[in-house]
Amino acid sequence: MPELGKYAFAVLSSYAVTLIGIAVLIAITLWRARKVRRDLARAETMMRRRHE
Amino acid sequence: MSLWELANPTLFMRLSGRMLPVLWVLAAATLATGLIWGFFGTPEEARQGASVKILFIHVPAAMMAINIYAMMFVTSLVWLIRRHHVSALAARAAAPVGATMTVLALLTGAFWGQPIWGAPWDWDPRLTSFFILFLFYLGYIALWAAIEDPDKAADLTSVLALVGSVFALLSRYAVNFWNQGLHQDATLSLDSRTNIDNAFWVPLLICIAGYFLLFLALLLVRTRTEIRARRLRALMLSGVH
Repeated sequence: MPELGKYAFAVLSSYAVTLIGIAVLIAITLWRARKVRRDLARAETMMRRRHE
Repeated sequence: MSLWELANPTLFMRLSGRMLPVLWVLAAATLATGLIWGFFGTPEEARQGASVKILFIHVPAAMMAINIYAMMFVTSLVWLIRRHHVSALAARAAAPVGATMTVLALLTGAFWGQPIWGAPWDWDPRLTSFFILFLFYLGYIALWAAIEDPDKAADLTSVLALVGSVFALLSRYAVNFWNQGLHQDATLSLDSRTNIDNAFWVPLLICIAGYFLLFLALLLVRTRTEIRARRLRALMLSGVH
């Protein structure tokens, strides 16, 4: 761990906010991607069945 | 292959699907290298001490906030002129990423400003233009959500993106020409006399590359999702449900 002295709060808070922000952005992106893909697959299956 | 062919959703889905695994790995590796180097491997700066380590997350976030809006400006223009749906959906997909980057730049700037300036915020032209850029991101996202018809939403949000690009431009150049307020001049310069020292410059470049690759990966995933969501909407309207 580097010596941060009186700047420890500013530096650590900045890194924490950034890492959490990026992690949440990735998580929401992947969660919505999965949900829409699943919903679309379900809708396409229903449409195929209807046409059979 | 021409760039316009990518506006074909089928081709876009096929190519982006192939690119994504590589992009995720590259983004993770580059970002990890840059952040670890920046945090653990750089010395203290003469005037700013250890707080200079915030540079490696603040500058890339601010650059991405502005450049993502520039990308939205271009894709919105393409939508308005050539009516390519992938282009409008890419702009929509990029906006939340840009808004997040703007918030991260504002927050890390506030954390940095408190010990260095003695205040986390100042309504100086540079900071204010950046805050207005954030409001444009919010307005853009809200406008997409508020309009039911996707083509009409794309039209109106594209116009908003064009108007907001003025503030993106202001935020980009305000650090160069608005010599008032607390914010320092531009950190990066092509002139080696005014550019930051190599001890900071190299890890910063790696961090910028990492942020860019991360944005690219997120953009592709989110655009693919928007394309699928549009297809889902079309199926629902045709009476599947």
